[in-house]
Amino acid sequence: MIGGLFIYNHKGEVLISRVYRDDIGRNAVDAFRVNVIHARQQVRSPVTNIARTSFFHVKRSNIWLAAVTKQNVNAAMVFEFLYKMCDVMASYFGKISEENIKNNFVLIYELLDEILDFGYPQNSETGSLKTFITQQGIKGQHQTKEEQSQITSQVTGQIGWRREGIKYRRNELFLDVLESVNLLMSPQGQVLSAHVSGRVVMKSYLSGMPECKFGMNDKIIIDKAGKGGVTNEAGKSDLGGGGSTSGKQSIAIDDCTFNQCVRLSKFDSERSISFIPPDGEYELMRYRTTKDIILPFRVIPLVREVGRTKLEVKVVIKSNFKPSLLAQKIEVRIPTPLNTSGVQVICMKGKAKYKASENAIVWKIKRMAGMKESQISAEIELLPTNDKKKWARPPISMNFEVPFAPSGLKVRYLKVFESKLNYSDHDVIKWVRYIGRSGIYETRC
Amino acid sequence: KVLLKYFTPLPTCTVGEIFELKAELNSDKKEKKKEAVKKVIASMTVGKDVSALFPDVVNCMQTDNLELKKLVYLYLMNYAKSQPDMAIMAVNTFVKDCEDANPLIRALAVRTMGCIRVDKITEYLCEPLRKCLKDEDPYVRKTAAVCVAKLHDINAQLVEDQGFLDTLKDLISDSNPMVVANAVAALSEIAESHPNSNLLDLNPQSINKLLTALNECTEWGQIFILDCLANYTPRDDRESQSICERVTPRLSHANSAVVLSAVKVLMKFMEMLPKDLDYYSTLLKKLAPPLVTLLSAEPELQYVALRNINLIVQKRPEILKHEMKVFFVKYNDPIYVKLEKLDIMIRLASQANIAQVLAELKEYATEVDVDFVRKAVRAIGRCAIKVEQSAERCVSTLLDLIQTKVNYVVQEAIVVIKDIFRKYPNKYESVIATLCENLDSLDEPEARAAMIWIVGEYAERIDNADELLESFLEGFHDESTQVQLQLLTAIVKLFLKKPTETQELVQQVLSLATQDSDNPDLRDRGYIYWRLLSTDPVAAKEVVLAEKPLISEETDLIEPTLLEELICHIGTLASVYHKPPSAFVEGSRGVMHKRLPAQSTESPDVGTAAGGSAPEAAPSIIPSQGDLLGDLLNLDMAPPTTSGPPPPTTGMQMGGMDLLGGGLDSLVGISHSVDPYAATPGQPVNPFWVKWSLQTRRSDGVLSLQVWLPAMKAKGLEISGTFARRAGVIQMELILTNKAMSVMTDFAIQFNRNSFGLAPAGPLQVLTPLGPNQTIEVSLPLSTVGPVMKMDPLNNLQVAVKNNIDVFYFSCQYPISMLFVEDGKMERQVFLATWKDIPNDNESQFQIKDCHLNSDAASSKLQGSNIFTIAKRTVEGQDMLYMSIKLSNGIWVLAELRVQAGNPNYTISLKCRAPEVSQCVFQCYEAVLKN
Repeated sequence: MIGGLFIYNHKGEVLISRVYRDDIGRNAVDAFRVNVIHARQQVRSPVTNIARTSFFHVKRSNIWLAAVTKQNVNAAMVFEFLYKMCDVMASYFGKISEENIKNNFVLIYELLDEILDFGYPQNSETGSLKTFITQQGIKGQHQTKEEQSQITSQVTGQIGWRREGIKYRRNELFLDVLESVNLLMSPQGQVLSAHVSGRVVMKSYLSGMPECKFGMNDKIIIDKAGKGGVTNEAGKSDLGGGGSTSGKQSIAIDDCTFNQCVRLSKFDSERSISFIPPDGEYELMRYRTTKDIILPFRVIPLVREVGRTKLEVKVVIKSNFKPSLLAQKIEVRIPTPLNTSGVQVICMKGKAKYKASENAIVWKIKRMAGMKESQISAEIELLPTNDKKKWARPPISMNFEVPFAPSGLKVRYLKVFESKLNYSDHDVIKWVRYIGRSGIYETRC
Repeated sequence: KVLLKYFTPLPTCTVGEIFELKAELNSDKKEKKKEAVKKVIASMTVGKDVSALFPDVVNCMQTDNLELKKLVYLYLMNYAKSQPDMAIMAVNTFVKDCEDANPLIRALAVRTMGCIRVDKITEYLCEPLRKCLKDEDPYVRKTAAVCVAKLHDINAQLVEDQGFLDTLKDLISDSNPMVVANAVAALSEIAESHPNSNLLDLNPQSINKLLTALNECTEWGQIFILDCLANYTPRDDRESQSICERVTPRLSHANSAVVLSAVKVLMKFMEMLPKDLDYYSTLLKKLAPPLVTLLSAEPELQYVALRNINLIVQKRPEILKHEMKVFFVKYNDPIYVKLEKLDIMIRLASQANIAQVLAELKEYATEVDVDFVRKAVRAIGRCAIKVEQSAERCVSTLLDLIQTKVNYVVQEAIVVIKDIFRKYPNKYESVIATLCENLDSLDEPEARAAMIWIVGEYAERIDNADELLESFLEGFHDESTQVQLQLLTAIVKLFLKKPTETQELVQQVLSLATQDSDNPDLRDRGYIYWRLLSTDPVAAKEVVLAEKPLISEETDLIEPTLLEELICHIGTLASVYHKPPSAFVEGSRGVMHKRLPAQSTESPDVGTAAGGSAPEAAPSIIPSQGDLLGDLLNLDMAPPTTSGPPPPTTGMQMGGMDLLGGGLDSLVGISHSVDPYAATPGQPVNPFWVKWSLQTRRSDGVLSLQVWLPAMKAKGLEISGTFARRAGVIQMELILTNKAMSVMTDFAIQFNRNSFGLAPAGPLQVLTPLGPNQTIEVSLPLSTVGPVMKMDPLNNLQVAVKNNIDVFYFSCQYPISMLFVEDGKMERQVFLATWKDIPNDNESQFQIKDCHLNSDAASSKLQGSNIFTIAKRTVEGQDMLYMSIKLSNGIWVLAELRVQAGNPNYTISLKCRAPEVSQCVFQCYEAVLKN
């Protein structure tokens, strides 16, 4: 298991050092600094073995977190834990920065004592941690016996992510379907690979211990329902109607993963998504689709080398969605060779600039409606070089945001049942929003 | 912002500071006290020594302030070990806190107490721990469960004596899922240090309990439980299927570690399912999507996932064969992800997708990162060799790349084209002309050697082959060995093909190789060619120009037994390093070799015969396999393996692990294929092996000092040594003497596989450089969990020692009594049964002459070497002693020693299931009794 956990600043000075196992000594702290943080080469692996000691590290801004062990630990678990540790810290004091860590070092030690015991991760849900790890210090004395046992049963309990007795005057929930669409396209316009990775993020402000059921236009469910003649649920979609209605009826989901609140065995057997949600904001599920993806933009590049000192670049972008919808924050990044001496750009829409420090022409458009087209052309002057190596021509990448889900996913319903309290599914105010963003959206040129 | 001041950079605490802190710690004001403790903790974090404040900090412990208490505990955990006597001061508070009304305080106390590694404290810990294990509050119980593992780490015997293991086992049936999960984690860890204890006692009932808890506990608990389940071997395919069915829902968990651990269980249990079962193919289909999903995790997890997928596609290529596209490299992937993706792409390449793969690889070959580009070029070559239909396109792609004139691309391309020539002879030689154009730009030995090979192999088609080779000859002595050897062979080939024009050239190279070179390999090869050519040119032609075997398709597959073991370790570090845990874990932990279960046969009686427990885990008092050799070599464990050549560009730094790398690999290779000692015992075939007879022995069974490696054979390093067993640990005592003129540093040691799996338990501790005429004594603890191979003689040990000068090999023999373990006393009944059970053919009799001890003295003397007398019987004035010995690999040797009063000659009968050891055991008897 994890033998120790260290946090360093960018210079390699230790900010936090907590050792859980006897086989990890103080010299491990220095070994990591010398061999990884101060190494001349860039990091070639997130797992490093130095003198029979293994170091797992992640970096958040310029802070290094390293877990150390001498055993054959579950490597995936160690990284999951490090991410979780970052989440927990962030939810306590915001951004993970040197200053924040120094200001909260007592808190961090307290957290590390609680969520890792002898190197074994324990309950790490911020919801329940915040009930008893506070910076008030003296809290233990003011708690009643009931309060104490409530805390311990929640920390160890089956529903460790939610405490009892939550009350809201107005029961309300927000669903965000956030998708990132990824594309790799050949210069000829052939899709080399494309997938959508999506997340359903929920903000729930619900009283009591509500039982929720979530439904979407999952092909398997719809087909099953169609066969069985069960149509009642589809008719009652009170949340649907987000974007276009012309989209396809159902989508094929390649795979999905769920927050630990979702009953996985139920999903496995019936493919229904039921759960008792954590309070506040959390990620309900992640999913991935590869079939019938709506690619919001198409990039058509044309690069011509005119002699040895000049390049002509022409890039056309086409928006491919309903004309009534607007894409935002559009940015096209056209890489330029290292020996570029000057660039002249003409674009039809938006603003384009050559950024020498980034070796790219950056073309920004604030808004663009669907089924439109725009173009940029640039002349790039090159310095003559002796370098035999040809320019690698990195791909043209794009950023954007669109108000629909490129995968075609639709939320069909989210039902809330709370039998003990007197509010029903109809009393809950529900909101749904779809946002499609570019992930790695690249066209080779 | 106030706290920033605690971190003011100061090298050490000055006396003044300590004094000031002392005063603050003893202040009456609570706030001031707390602030002072915080300052102390901050100093501790940055590595300053604040242990001098121990009593003052401990005084702050008795407080109602929970935050202050936690800080003091943190301090205690750090410094208790260095101040054990003062740590006792804290005990009372702990014991009191364990009785506190607040469960959080009770848990905090028991958690912290377990972290204080002071022997005296552990005694006080037992009672509170016992109470906490049965506490009414689950939070306290789950903390106490982990505390048992902590205590076991400090004092294993205490945990067993106090019966904590049973209590821990009971917790597996606890009503609270988190308690169950922690109990499982603790038991699994304890079980690892007792490989045969059957501690976990996994049976269908307990498995059912675990599977129920799996649905309810935290994500971390699920990982503990799944990792534990993976150690279970189901009794038949039906049980296997039902467990798989209950584990598959975990594949949709958001936590990647839960997913990978579930994959591990499924990959393992799937082995037992019949392939024609519908469920088998359903399961295969279910595995692909979650594996692909892992690739959308954060890059570090992607890396772990990719290393595992690399194993999975080797074991079961069908799972991901349609998923090639997801492994395409993204421009912004970190380099470690890119390199791993590339590896998997080649593994998945097939006729169906080769066009796409090639297009991608060509794209990658123009990237920036040199390692990545090289690997991409190599990958193109591997595609050509793997998919015959694509060879032509691959070759033309490589030619395109050569045209780019990027130096390292050209060199890499030439290396792979050489392999393509070997795979498809007489097909692509038209490209040779293009290759020859780039001769001047090659500066890496591998590329130069490849090019020279090509020129020599196709000398008859290259008009100016002699000129080309001659140009290399000018700087012959500056070339690396690889190039020199290749050049020698190529010129000889050329001569055999075009004898008339090249006589002068061949003479030149032969004299360069034989007369002017220090390298024995090069000289040997030169002489062989020379004699061949001068005695029988026809034979020379047959030898040198013989038809070469084709090279195989997959060159870097992991060896099957290692692959099986790694599959059992999916998700763990072993699967990331692609090395068995024994390669990087010290001591006994995690070195048990795991293996996949075999597919179950019709009769599921194997499991039931062993009392319902898993066959692997069944406790065996006496090895019961019929195969004696198997017993001897401990083959019931998966055979240990040396991993294949480590991928050079995986970017892992396995610092110090492969110290002797190539040297010992080739050494293992020799004994593997030829095993000279088996053929002619005592007659070393390989002249580099030096053998020394061992004659002098001492009373305690320790061989007196032997010179193992004389200085003249090891460039001035003399090694002598001996073996000893102390407190259950086998020690190799080495005396290193530097008889050379220069300083020696960087010592390291490795053993070849041997009969009893002896291996260094740690590195060779030579910390200071060894100056000329200096001597150093080193004691090297040995473990018996290394790779096993039968040696002849049985107790032969082949050792490689490295220093900054070279690698040296020697072999020595250890007295087998080193391996007699302390718990070798057999129960009387078992002894009787075993004696009868072992066939009489296995009995061997020996005479020990001139021994003047009486039977009791002999018995006590033998006991000192872990030879235990179980019973004594006197028949007609003759004492019969019955004795048992247990070897470190679990083999029992039973002995009957007959001593007649007044007769100095003893008779000894030895019975063992592995009769090979009898001779060695007899020698030990003789040695012990006579001294």
